[in-house]
Amino acid sequence: MFQVPRATVRDALSVALTVGAYGVAFGAAGVAAGFSVLQTCLFSLVTFTGASQFAAVGVVASGGAPLAAVGAATLLGTRNALYGLQMAPLLRVRGVRRLVAAHLTIDESTGVALSQAPRGVAAMRAGFWLTGAGVYLFWNIFTLAGALGARALGDPASWGLDAAVPAAFLGLLWPRLETNFLRGVAVVAVAFALAVTTWLPAGLPIIATTMVAVVFGWRAR
Amino acid sequence: MSGAHLWVVLVVTSVFCLAIKILGHVVPERWFASARLQRINALIPVCLLSALVVAQGLVSKTHVVIDHRVAGLGAAFAALLARAPFPVVVVAAAVTSAVVFHLH
Repeated sequence: MFQVPRATVRDALSVALTVGAYGVAFGAAGVAAGFSVLQTCLFSLVTFTGASQFAAVGVVASGGAPLAAVGAATLLGTRNALYGLQMAPLLRVRGVRRLVAAHLTIDESTGVALSQAPRGVAAMRAGFWLTGAGVYLFWNIFTLAGALGARALGDPASWGLDAAVPAAFLGLLWPRLETNFLRGVAVVAVAFALAVTTWLPAGLPIIATTMVAVVFGWRAR
Repeated sequence: MSGAHLWVVLVVTSVFCLAIKILGHVVPERWFASARLQRINALIPVCLLSALVVAQGLVSKTHVVIDHRVAGLGAAFAALLARAPFPVVVVAAAVTSAVVFHLH
């Protein structure tokens, strides 16, 4: 039987615990946006892809239409399909296990799996499952804690929760700004979002910003 | 937003996001082979997250407003520059924003 390398377990659990702790911010954001504790927890159980969840409740909090909320969340979720393309040939599972694998296919499980490549295919698989299951567990526990905490606190602005949500987005954005090109794209996206805010209905500027991605991604560089 | 609308957002978002994940595991790889599609897709998170920072931190309804949240975002920015971990970033933003909110 294959012995999972200790380093793989350590990588997976440290990622699962730190990322899972972000769930507090999501739980609080969900309740602050007007969702019930149950609805907020269902997001984490069934949607289970952090940036999309934050986007859905974020658009709702800013007064956007349901379609804008769903659109922003879905667009942010498209990268999970590309992760699935990479993970499917690695995991090679069928039936219910394939469905579970698909649900656990997120930034972190894919990232840890790929980072285990030097330790071999079995370590990559273990990294995927341990990270995916670990994030799922902690993300949901911390979502519940954040939701209950926010409900107990009351007015979101009084406790700074209305600033915690954009700060969480900034924290999710930050590690992606690895190159000057990506930082430039982010600056243009911010300027574009500010510019269209006054003449588009709430929530739509977020989706419209994908045009910036299309423009900058159109040609190879 | 009404209670029914909140459920619609929750259910449709969940169904779409799960469907996307399953799609990635079942479709042939060549469907996503276009280099252009991959380049654009790789930029989408950066663009959407930037727009979400704006929408949540600098906008009220359809107006750009500068209020206590900007102070919070400034604190988050400083924390990120100082390489603080994610929870510190979020708490720094919340505390700063709450302090400014109560000063007014």
